Amino acid sequence: MRRQIPLFITFFIGTIILVSEFIPHKPFGNISTTLGGWFLIISGFAIILGQLNLFKVNLTKISRKAPNWQYYIISLVCFLIMLVCGILWGTLRQPGLLYNSEGLVAFFGLKPFDYIFKYLFENLSATMFSLLAFFMASASYRAFRARNAESTLLLVAAVLVMLGRTTIGSTLTGWIPDSLTYLHLPNIANFIMEYLNTAGQRAIMICAGLGVIGSSLRIILGIERSYLGGR
Amino acid sequence: MALIMERIGIWVGAILTFAIFSFLYRDNPFYKIAEQIFIGISAGYWFIYTIYNILIPNLFTPLLTNFSANLLLLLPALLGILMLCRLIPRIDWVSRYSIALVVGTTAGLFFKRYLQSDVINQMNATMINPFSAPDLAATIGQLILIIGTVTGIIYFFFSKKHEGVFGGTARVGIFFLMISFGAAFGYTVMARISLLIGRLDFLLGDWLGIIKP
Repeated sequence: MRRQIPLFITFFIGTIILVSEFIPHKPFGNISTTLGGWFLIISGFAIILGQLNLFKVNLTKISRKAPNWQYYIISLVCFLIMLVCGILWGTLRQPGLLYNSEGLVAFFGLKPFDYIFKYLFENLSATMFSLLAFFMASASYRAFRARNAESTLLLVAAVLVMLGRTTIGSTLTGWIPDSLTYLHLPNIANFIMEYLNTAGQRAIMICAGLGVIGSSLRIILGIERSYLGGR
Repeated sequence: MALIMERIGIWVGAILTFAIFSFLYRDNPFYKIAEQIFIGISAGYWFIYTIYNILIPNLFTPLLTNFSANLLLLLPALLGILMLCRLIPRIDWVSRYSIALVVGTTAGLFFKRYLQSDVINQMNATMINPFSAPDLAATIGQLILIIGTVTGIIYFFFSKKHEGVFGGTARVGIFFLMISFGAAFGYTVMARISLLIGRLDFLLGDWLGIIKP
């Protein structure tokens, strides 16, 4: 029962969605849309499950005094502050339980949830991702050593695209006469992106698409069951 | 007061920016604090976002405004609650029903979507007459496009050993894939550098006021 019913649900739903593609009449005609709506609602609960699980894991680490447990208190407090601000005073477009609370908006200039989002979340996320620029520099040093034909191609393509897509590219090749316009770095970068890159991406897309189709069939037919877990 | 709070917000943002950048030296308590603030705020943000933008408009509002017409919505609501049971180890198996529906829907939708957009449409776009292009560069480009796509696909065919003519063709495919990866890498580097420029713009402009807009 614990495995058979979920397997049947997957088979039934997957088959209905596939069949509905070929029968544009009721009830099949709009079944895909209905199931898509249900999928969205359950996914919403799945996101909440993820956040609650994070809360639970952090709480467990604090209660067991795991290494660096003090830091997890900070994430729990921030999570709760964001939650309380969002529920009580709402967001930019949504009123909270205490409606729009103009007094607080006049104090912060924004709703508390949006204030935290603008000055903390935006700055933190942009800095986190910009940090990768430094690690990419060291990764490039390792990856861009032209040891064989393949890595040389990778190096040349990356350098040409980077130069061609910035102002330095047009400055470097600006002196080349118009009769040799195809040697301008921006044009070379465009050629790489339009044809060479598209060819590689297209091969990956077609093969990955076939892979997804194969995996979907395995799931619908119950051959692939790993999503059900161990027991 | 709003102006003072804005300045405080900018100062907090600048301090957190330096706390994150301190990781470039080595892992330290300032980075750890900023990291945990980021995790907590992100989790809280997505929690509230999900409630206001997914659950309220798609589930609660239809049920509260016209319960009888939207009775069927109780089913995904029930499955959603079953999903949350995963947090209780004794009855975590009931969440499989919800996961089964999500996996079944995803498998069915992805089958159709990928077949149409990633297989048929891409093959369609490759089946072109390269000699109908307006100029020589475009003709050469389209020939390269066809050769690159076909050889790239051959590289991904692992049911036959890559040797002889087949192996040689697959090797040409690898060259195209490496160019593609190189271009993607170049773009990623540029995106990260532009984020870094954005951070410097924030520090030197919003915070210190050295750069004027």
